[in-house]
Amino acid sequence: MNAQQLKFVPASEFKQRAAVAVADDHLRKSFRGAMDFLINKRAAQFPDPEALERQRSLAEHIRQYSLARLPELLEQLERKLTDNGVKVHWAESAEEACAIIIGIAQRHSTKLMVKGKSMVSEEVELNHAMADVGIDALESDMGEYIVQLDGEKPSHIIMPAIHKTKQQIARLFADKVPGARYTESVDELIGIGRAVLREKFMTAEVGMSGVNFAVAETGTLCLVENEGNGRMCTTVPDVHIAITGIEKVVEKLEHVPPLFGLLTRSATGQAITTYFNMISGPRRPGEKDGPREVHLVLVDNGRTQAYADQQLRSTLQCIRCGACMNHCPVYTRIGGHAYGTTYPGPIGEIISPHMMGLAATHVLPTASSLCGACGEVCPVRIPIPELLVRLREEAQHDARPGHAPLLGQGAARSRLVDAVWSGWAALYTRPAFYRAFGWLATRLRALTPPLQGGWTVSRTPMKPAARTLHELMAARSKRR
Amino acid sequence: MSARDNILRRLRAAPQGQPPMAPDVAAFHAAVTAAAAPSTRASRIELFCDKMAFWHGEVIRVTRADWPQKLRELCVAKGVRSLLYGEDSAHAAQLEAASIDGLRPYDRPIDGWKKELFEDTDAGLSATRGGIAETGTLIVWPGASEPRLMSLVPPIHFALLDANQLYDTFFQAMIEQRWSDGMPTNALLVSGPSKTADIQVTLAYGAHGPKELIVLLLVNEEERP
Repeated sequence: MNAQQLKFVPASEFKQRAAVAVADDHLRKSFRGAMDFLINKRAAQFPDPEALERQRSLAEHIRQYSLARLPELLEQLERKLTDNGVKVHWAESAEEACAIIIGIAQRHSTKLMVKGKSMVSEEVELNHAMADVGIDALESDMGEYIVQLDGEKPSHIIMPAIHKTKQQIARLFADKVPGARYTESVDELIGIGRAVLREKFMTAEVGMSGVNFAVAETGTLCLVENEGNGRMCTTVPDVHIAITGIEKVVEKLEHVPPLFGLLTRSATGQAITTYFNMISGPRRPGEKDGPREVHLVLVDNGRTQAYADQQLRSTLQCIRCGACMNHCPVYTRIGGHAYGTTYPGPIGEIISPHMMGLAATHVLPTASSLCGACGEVCPVRIPIPELLVRLREEAQHDARPGHAPLLGQGAARSRLVDAVWSGWAALYTRPAFYRAFGWLATRLRALTPPLQGGWTVSRTPMKPAARTLHELMAARSKRR
Repeated sequence: MSARDNILRRLRAAPQGQPPMAPDVAAFHAAVTAAAAPSTRASRIELFCDKMAFWHGEVIRVTRADWPQKLRELCVAKGVRSLLYGEDSAHAAQLEAASIDGLRPYDRPIDGWKKELFEDTDAGLSATRGGIAETGTLIVWPGASEPRLMSLVPPIHFALLDANQLYDTFFQAMIEQRWSDGMPTNALLVSGPSKTADIQVTLAYGAHGPKELIVLLLVNEEERP
């Protein structure tokens, strides 16, 4: 099979797609069911709320400490990895990251690259770039394999094929996997995927993976997974390329257990995953397997913009557990595809603007009722609701004094809205005008239009009261 | 200016408030341990067995004397035709003496026999560096004598675990074994056979790696059930 050509759907069409998703009963049901399942599994892992808060405090502390020392830790990581024999690359943009990886693959005349799960590789649209130069980038995580086979993108960062039923997957395999018969048995379906992918692990020259934690003191890349495909991709092929965002680094190995414990419990309600794979270098002389070359690509792609602002920086505390989306009432109703971005749900709403700019993404921070569930479950205490409000503000206004403008600063600003607000301000700061306006509005209330744009789509029309509050209060004092 | 310089320059230009103190993971861990009942060898064994069973791993209690025999019986019962082992490992001599059919060493670089490993190897036996009771986890450090793929590619993974090497937590294991002094090229935590729930949140075992994980837990004679 070929790597599919996948393109971002512009986020500006978000509302349209959300409307379609909300009307799709099947999609609603599969997300509701899966999210309830994940919510309950997580809750069962944290029976003691006070213990959970202590764990969150420690995890938040570790992430904030790591971010405060980020430039030094990146340099230390680079030094240690280089000593261990790993080649470290830096990419400012998605294009640079793809070019680095394509360069490595082409140096080895690769035709096939097997990939373990990596959201950063999705973020930089690597598969698309590889396809353009004729290299097959095959996703090997079962869920990712399924969505790639169907030409889609993941709809959840942890469970990429959550939107599909086993019947749909049975049909997909029967149609697209040579020799596969139609079966709705999940064990048999996994068996089909296993057979196809083990063949690919054996033949691919290059394997690719993401990174969950990068440890500066030892130069160790940690990968969290259940399936074993991550181990396959990082062990069987001759070349292993890891890609990660610059924010994933921690200083010490001992900082890993608290984060790892919260990551798996928050993500899928597991106390631990099947594999925790710690890679500190390529095959050494005398070793009989493992890649001969290991590369790490450190990607910025907008992260330094978030880092530059002390409030927005907390976005980078994220350990990508997906708990915020599992608990988000909006995500649960519209699913991951409606967002049109690599990272859906609350975390996507706060990270995508830095990657893609506010012009393309300003609508995303508004896709929230600000109920606060995302902030409550975040294992590293990212104040997601506050960041949503902040980004809404940045989308409507100039940068705050002393702050550099964000990419797409003020992109959601509309002349009409600005004019309405300046009119209102003019009225509100002049008592005589304001009273006259109030008098007119109450006397002419019968003329209020019954259709009031977006407001009346699902609400009763607004109508001024018969008398202004001023008048009512004046009448009351007179009576006394 | 290189991408590296640009990224580091932007990070260094960002305002920094009061830098946070270094997190004290040891103190956190000590407080958690102090609040719980102290673990004993017996409680660690019980907890490890319970948790490993939860992950669908099988634990068989064996002794130093009889484990090769037990392994031979398991191989016969499971119809294992080829069992991969490391000939330079500490347990090799004992294993070789047990006359297990199909026993074969991982004695050359993978490059020449990938196909055989993937298609014609039923099981692999590896030692472990210890276990973690809290989560039912094996600590595996592959290396020259026991390569990485032994515990991954064959459908059955047998693991030898010494009950003396059971730790309460991951943190305790890495501190007591002084991991930060130097990590091997690859280190692993393994909790059960490979699995996935990617199709309709239904759990299936044997996703890409082993379909079965069988832990041979080395205990004293009186600790057998």
